[in-house]
Amino acid sequence: MPVSFIQPEFKVKIDYDKCHKCGRCVQQCGWGVYNFNERPIPDDAKCRACHRCVTYCPAHCISIEKNQLAYRDNDNWSPAARKAVWRQAETGGVLLTSMGNPLPYTRIFDHLVLDACQVTNPSIDPLREPMELRTFIGHKPDSVGVESDGEGGFRLAEGEGMKNNLKLDTPILFSPMSYGSVSLNVHKSLAMAAQRLGTFMNTGEGGLHADLYPYQDNVIVQVASGRFGVNPDYLNRGAAIEIKIGQGAKPGIGGHLPGEKINKEVSGTRMIPQGTDAISPAPHHDIYSIEDLRQLIYALKEASGYKPVGVKIAAVHNVAAIASGIVRAGADYVYLDGFKGGTGAAPQVIRDHIGIPIEIAIAAVDQRLRDEGIRNWASVIAAGSIRSSADVAKAIALGADAVAIGSASLMALGCHLCQSCHTGSCSWGITTQKPELTRRIDPEWGAEQLTNLVHAWSHELQEILGALGVNAVESLRGSRERLRSIGLDEQMNKVLGVKPAGM
Amino acid sequence: MTTARPRYAEEASYKIHGGCGLMGICDESGKLMSGEDAILAMAVQHDRGNGLGGGFAGYGIYPEFPDHFAFHMMYHDIQAKEEAEALFDQYFLVDLAEPMPTRPVKGIADAPLLWRYFLNPYPNKLEESELSAEDYVVKAVMQINSSVDGAFVASSGKNMGVFKGVGYPEEIGHYFRLEEYEGHTWTGHNRFPTNTPGWWGGAHPFALLDWTIVHNGEISSYGINSRYLEQFGYKCTLGTDTEVAAYLFDLMLRRHKLPMELACKALASPLWDEIDRMPEAEQAVMRSLRAVYGPGMLNGPFAIVLGFNGGMVALNDRIKLRPLVAARKGSILMVASEESAIRAVIAEPDAIWMPKAGEPTIARVQGMEWPIHGDLHLSPSDISCAVTGTEVSCDTVEVNA
Repeated sequence: MPVSFIQPEFKVKIDYDKCHKCGRCVQQCGWGVYNFNERPIPDDAKCRACHRCVTYCPAHCISIEKNQLAYRDNDNWSPAARKAVWRQAETGGVLLTSMGNPLPYTRIFDHLVLDACQVTNPSIDPLREPMELRTFIGHKPDSVGVESDGEGGFRLAEGEGMKNNLKLDTPILFSPMSYGSVSLNVHKSLAMAAQRLGTFMNTGEGGLHADLYPYQDNVIVQVASGRFGVNPDYLNRGAAIEIKIGQGAKPGIGGHLPGEKINKEVSGTRMIPQGTDAISPAPHHDIYSIEDLRQLIYALKEASGYKPVGVKIAAVHNVAAIASGIVRAGADYVYLDGFKGGTGAAPQVIRDHIGIPIEIAIAAVDQRLRDEGIRNWASVIAAGSIRSSADVAKAIALGADAVAIGSASLMALGCHLCQSCHTGSCSWGITTQKPELTRRIDPEWGAEQLTNLVHAWSHELQEILGALGVNAVESLRGSRERLRSIGLDEQMNKVLGVKPAGM
Repeated sequence: MTTARPRYAEEASYKIHGGCGLMGICDESGKLMSGEDAILAMAVQHDRGNGLGGGFAGYGIYPEFPDHFAFHMMYHDIQAKEEAEALFDQYFLVDLAEPMPTRPVKGIADAPLLWRYFLNPYPNKLEESELSAEDYVVKAVMQINSSVDGAFVASSGKNMGVFKGVGYPEEIGHYFRLEEYEGHTWTGHNRFPTNTPGWWGGAHPFALLDWTIVHNGEISSYGINSRYLEQFGYKCTLGTDTEVAAYLFDLMLRRHKLPMELACKALASPLWDEIDRMPEAEQAVMRSLRAVYGPGMLNGPFAIVLGFNGGMVALNDRIKLRPLVAARKGSILMVASEESAIRAVIAEPDAIWMPKAGEPTIARVQGMEWPIHGDLHLSPSDISCAVTGTEVSCDTVEVNA
């Protein structure tokens, strides 16, 4: 019997001349890479290239390199494809992975460029002029009915006006990530940051821990197929309720949080016994069609005194028609998750081959809702690999009301995209429940990192708006005239509703 | 060989950029003043245009035909005129048809045939159509603009008219002998298009019935404004910002029945900081207006004067990126892009001020009805079609939201 065919992906190099022999790398590594015998001895096979040891090495003597094994050239059988076959031959299992789709699909955002004002209209300097990012998420009526207030002014007529919207100070929310898949300290960091930023974090499907109650006005509570942590108190604490149908990283399949992650706190929050696996079914067992969704939307509204209820779906081929159905079913927002969106655990085949890019989903949904004259009825939140403020601006120009960031927010807390969340041993203390690891994130520090990131992007968004000569984000929203494409084919331009550069 | 007659309105495949100058004057007492003042106000703003478009709208100018719809027509050739007149005969009782009085003016060349008609719908046909007179007229305007090549309806309201063409406004004004007309309200426009060949129909004011719009500006939010309007069935075919502004007024005032003051607040919204400081009831109105009409907010530099039979409204963008000055002398309210234009007409105004960003300056002629649309019930696509005269805009099916 041979040993595994699969060779280590990385090589851990230590410059022993510089090494202090302090053992900090041994202590920092969540994967058990290092043994200490007078000096740290790495086991390359265990390394995930998460850089925790590199970051904390006081001597800067560790480097991680790719294991540059030469394979016989074959464009068809990449080393990754060969390794997958070997691994499955060894295990007989579904290959598990985490975070977003890493395959080299066309990154449409990188083929879109924004406009700027020159001469015929002035650009606006955001340092001198107001630059408004305030965004309302929720149902808006088609028109506003007013009546005279008898003193020369006007007031809203009975039953008129916008109701029950979420007010965002910047069009960036935090994506749903459940307590269980991430640690409580991550949840606290997100909640504190959301409150400071005037935006919202999202519980994901793992319930709302009591420690987050002080921040509940900035929390969207999720109802997913496993119904973990869902009770009337939970529904009433959230600022809004989100029904999760699907996730960009794993459209059409459910979730599985292994029992070892279900400690006492997680168990209490999810309302399931300690140590049991938390299994979210692929569909909601009370939603087998759109009319069932409508019932759930209104059941949740009834239960919560008509809080906004949104629906999160993965971006799939028929996303426009599905979104239209969701809006007509009474949802206050549709959350679209593109196929590059992250996850705490997903079968690799699903993550890498199912779903469509978020850019296309935004364009198709926004246009369909406009064609049907129902764009005002619901907001569109876009997620699934928003990497920078440029992506935020482009997503909004394509038609999104706001974006949600998951991977980027975890990166603000240290995530290095090592795609190993499902192991539960995250060295950065993010996607783990091991107390020795979770304590690596101080929520106060985490909140500051997250606040910094969103502030930075918001400032950049203001700069972009200023260059575009508009001073409110609603004037960019859906304004595809301000986008041009480079290197996309005619068909794609049509789908996106953008002209090629030069036209 | 005959050359093809142009459609007066062509679908623009690109957005038209430009700058401009404008003026508006209204005697709220209803007293009439000659068009000379409007010409003068535009003449001092000569440098704001480039000779590719100038025009005026005058109200109260046809006291001898106050209850007739006055059609100002542009024809490319005699055949277009005959075809359009055949349509007139089909729909209307024409009480007077005559060439527009003009005089030769240096700088004005290639004028189309310019005629005017005072007419009313045949009573029996109007009754058969089950339309209001206004709807009936707009339908006819649409048909002429879209089906008669080389014919364009410059204006179609009662007791008013639009005089426009390719040239500097003072040349256009003298060409049309505006000093011989007297009106209670005048608006004027000087155009500086940057990338479109001037065509007579494309000069401002744009008009439908008695409703006219002159506009100086570049709407940076054009992309979303036009997509927003398309939801309601409007088709922005000319690629001009002015068209977008016109349809937004139609949507808010006529279809959604917003008061003029609030429509202006939706088009040039106050800042959120200002809204947050308003009293609660007002805040609720403004918050809803901004959130609901956000996609329709006109962002970027503009100054607009909307004229109609009951007066005029001037509006500036939300941070005043284009000039607009206002003055009052007794019952006369005047606005212009430049103070010089005002001082040329009103030597010693009682008050002269810069209207604040987003604050509408409103003049109402005493004793005249305020609802500016009359009895109009048309769909947005009909409106687009009537304003632009392109067939494309007529094909759309209205989506009822």
